[in-house]
Amino acid sequence: MVLGKGASSSLSMKMADGAEDMVNNNNFTVLVVDDDPLIRKLHDMHLKNFGLRAQVVENGKKAVDLCHVGANFNLILMDREMPVMNGAEATKELRAMGVNSLIVGVTSCGSPNEKQAFMEAGLDYCFEKPLTPDKITFLLQELNKNN
Amino acid sequence: MDVLQLQKQFVDYRASLYHEGFLDEQFTQLQELQDENNPDFVVEVVSLFFEDSERLLNELTKALEQQSIDFKRVDAHVHQLKGSSSSIGAQRVQKVCIAFRNYCEEQNIEGCLKCLQQVKHEYSLVKTKFETMFQLEQQILTAGGSIPV
Repeated sequence: MVLGKGASSSLSMKMADGAEDMVNNNNFTVLVVDDDPLIRKLHDMHLKNFGLRAQVVENGKKAVDLCHVGANFNLILMDREMPVMNGAEATKELRAMGVNSLIVGVTSCGSPNEKQAFMEAGLDYCFEKPLTPDKITFLLQELNKNN
Repeated sequence: MDVLQLQKQFVDYRASLYHEGFLDEQFTQLQELQDENNPDFVVEVVSLFFEDSERLLNELTKALEQQSIDFKRVDAHVHQLKGSSSSIGAQRVQKVCIAFRNYCEEQNIEGCLKCLQQVKHEYSLVKTKFETMFQLEQQILTAGGSIPV
């Protein structure tokens, strides 16, 4: 399968505290969807520290296209506001396609109504930006539960 | 100056940035992500922040110069700036963005223009601070020392 522009697939052996007990980390795949290159770089790095492989794309449509051609991810980190296709639309489309990855919204504030609408698009969780080690630990626990 | 003095100077300078509200906890997290495999991570992320911000500030200036201001567009740019500044811990820039967004919601032109001035000012301050801090780091490395965590 051809990885698109911006895809990163290097594996880091450095595990953060608390992640040592999660032996299955190296098998989880993550997709980071965000239009800000700073955030993509930041989240990619956070995930690397937990031994997770991340692919990064810059809008919802690219995420949908990837899944459409058969890419499978355990976890999708979805920004809310993006050009071309935003997070809510992308989440709805992914769910409609039958994608049952853990989809987590990562957004910078937004009113409770906006957050609610985003959750209703099909998210499993919605966090405030940026990602932190605690949030990743929590998500890994969820992934380990479901697998 | 010897390595120890340079290191002390760096540590004191960095502490002052937190103390004066230029940086917050998020920046600490950023530093913790850097390691031997990615020694330039912080500099790279901060450089992205500079690029992002400069682009956004230009867009904001243009948008607010229009005859008929598109507040949604202005808000979208401020939202982005708020996101990136909060991600690297540039607290003072982030705070102005919060006020800025409120004025956008109220469609208050004067308020927006005032915030644009303020955010440009805060951005240029924090940019200088970062550049100084990176220079101090370079001096330590050149003198053969290591950067204190």
